[in-house]
Amino acid sequence: MNAMLRPDEVDQTDSDAHLKVAGLADDAIIKVSDFSAAYGDTIVLHDITFQVNRSEILVIAGDSGSGKTTLLHHMIGLAIPAKGRILIDGDDLSTTPPGTVRDKIMRKFGVSFQSGALFGSMNVLENVSLQLKQFAHLNGTMADMIALTKLQMVGLADSAQRMPAELSGGMQKRVGIARAMALDPMIIFMDEPSAGLDPITSAEMDQLILTLNKLLKTTFVIVSHELTSIFKIAHRVLLLSTEKQTLIAEGEPNELRSHSNDAWVRAFFSGDIPSSKAVSPKGTSSTIGGHDLMPANGNTHH
Amino acid sequence: MIDDPQNETAIEVKVPAGDHSADGSSTLRISIKGSLNVHTLSGAWVKTFDALRKSQSRNVVINGADLNYCDGAGLGLLAEVRREVAGRGGKMQIENLRSDLRSLVDISTLADPSAPQLTRPPRVDVFTETGNWTHLLIGETVATISLLGELCSAAGWALFHPRQFRLHETMAVLDQVGTKAVPVICLLGFLIGTILAFQTAPPLGRYGLVDMIPTMVCMSVVRELGPLLATLLLAGRTASAFAAELGTMKVTDEISALRSMGIDPVRYLVLPRVLAVMAAAPLLAIFSTFMGVIGGYSVMANYGFTFAHYVAQVRDAVTYKDLVGGEAKTVVFGLIVGGIGCLRGLRTGNGPGAVGNSATRAVVTSIVLIIVADGVFGVAYYYLKL
Repeated sequence: MNAMLRPDEVDQTDSDAHLKVAGLADDAIIKVSDFSAAYGDTIVLHDITFQVNRSEILVIAGDSGSGKTTLLHHMIGLAIPAKGRILIDGDDLSTTPPGTVRDKIMRKFGVSFQSGALFGSMNVLENVSLQLKQFAHLNGTMADMIALTKLQMVGLADSAQRMPAELSGGMQKRVGIARAMALDPMIIFMDEPSAGLDPITSAEMDQLILTLNKLLKTTFVIVSHELTSIFKIAHRVLLLSTEKQTLIAEGEPNELRSHSNDAWVRAFFSGDIPSSKAVSPKGTSSTIGGHDLMPANGNTHH
Repeated sequence: MIDDPQNETAIEVKVPAGDHSADGSSTLRISIKGSLNVHTLSGAWVKTFDALRKSQSRNVVINGADLNYCDGAGLGLLAEVRREVAGRGGKMQIENLRSDLRSLVDISTLADPSAPQLTRPPRVDVFTETGNWTHLLIGETVATISLLGELCSAAGWALFHPRQFRLHETMAVLDQVGTKAVPVICLLGFLIGTILAFQTAPPLGRYGLVDMIPTMVCMSVVRELGPLLATLLLAGRTASAFAAELGTMKVTDEISALRSMGIDPVRYLVLPRVLAVMAAAPLLAIFSTFMGVIGGYSVMANYGFTFAHYVAQVRDAVTYKDLVGGEAKTVVFGLIVGGIGCLRGLRTGNGPGAVGNSATRAVVTSIVLIIVADGVFGVAYYYLKL
């Protein structure tokens, strides 16, 4: 793993040093331990533990309703875990009260939401340059030019003066990605970056993610179930299950597709779900619906 | 691989002395050393553009041999230098850049170095603006008339297909816009009656015309203020709610889904809402009027009026024609509130801001049209001697 420290890491002040939690693995930038999520009294995810390494592209996959976006929302501090901890670069967002310290933690990552989540009253350039003007103390020209280069990266520089309502859904999503990259954060969280994009644009997005990861060492945490994209970009995949409401597999996508002991996991990554007759409904090692797990060869969770 | 920029917290911009040109024929060479990031950008920006300003050279070569880190902030600087140089009619080249940084620069290089995308579109002149507004106004008028026609058609359809008419939905809307508005309309009506009596009592009392106060209060409340207050409250409370609700349905394609299923949104969504408001408006006006009259008594009691005396005065002053005239127009006001609220919702544009705009315009348009319609009713009643 590359040991390059980014300037914002170097710039760590003593004031927030107390937030550092001992025990974080050297190359772990995100550590999720014993995490459970609930809506009201209903537990939707339970007992999840994993870590994201620096400069890694981690994809969170799973069937519909398995809690991928819920997990992402907890990781970015939009929801408080029912149990467990989520540490971002050693800081626990759920226990950090609103204020300067929390704001500083939040600026370590950028988020690209599924719908783009652009501000409708601002044009595209203003959407991307907003954080630069708010937090980076740059004058208007500097911020605008940086924002424009980000838009060029996602192929939308020519739409800089357009309003979000004038863009297609896919274009809005790409602007959202440019906005997430605006401050060159250490981590970029993406919710379904490929969904709704045409195959060529989707491939270009994948290439952009790979380029940023390689050149700027940006860590990516991506929620996706686009298999083409997963196999192209993911260093590692976490697989969540609706049935089990937890993490059922973790590893390299090719490894999971070929060597997982769980038939459902193999089926998920091969994109070829066998019929329910081919696999018994529940309770056996070959279960699809029940996701029963055989003694693993290192890539399945018990 | 990018070097560790840990010890490179400042940027160094070097301009060889011999490269300062006065005639613009030579090439300005700028050497950038260190890491270009958001922390070092401001310093690098100032140094680089100082060098550019001092030089008359059209062309610039940036030597990136000692540049060991460059993120989005640095790319912004390079793009701005390229724009500045392009403005002079020259070219910028970056040389000796490591291949990884070169890739980063390549994917962010603008097709047009002058970056026209940063230029805001010109402001629309007053004539174009006037034309746009006129076009909009004509469009809105046509849409309003069109909706009125569709509503009449839908009402005719409902008469002949009573089992398909959404009575349950209509009653639910009536409950929402009518029943739930009763407390606030009663409060407002009572306060208006009280304030009217309170304000008119002293001046009329000076001329010994205290007996006229119930007449004034009741005539005002029964003929104008009661109905007007009720429908203005509906405009603020209901027209905006309809516009927001239907507008959200439009933005989320629910209206399109209805149309794609062969269901007419006017019959399915608009008709129940408009009928509910047309029914709610006169009922609320009755509450408002009644409480206004009671409010007037609350002041007159202090002037020695007994309740019987006050009621007698009211009965002398107000006729059934006044009451019916006041109530009748609220049905039309209800049509305005319901129709405009739904129309604005159905004509909502794209984006989240569009729903807010629709709600605002629904309220403003409803209030304006209610006041205009009230004026028309006033004139009509005068000539009809009502």
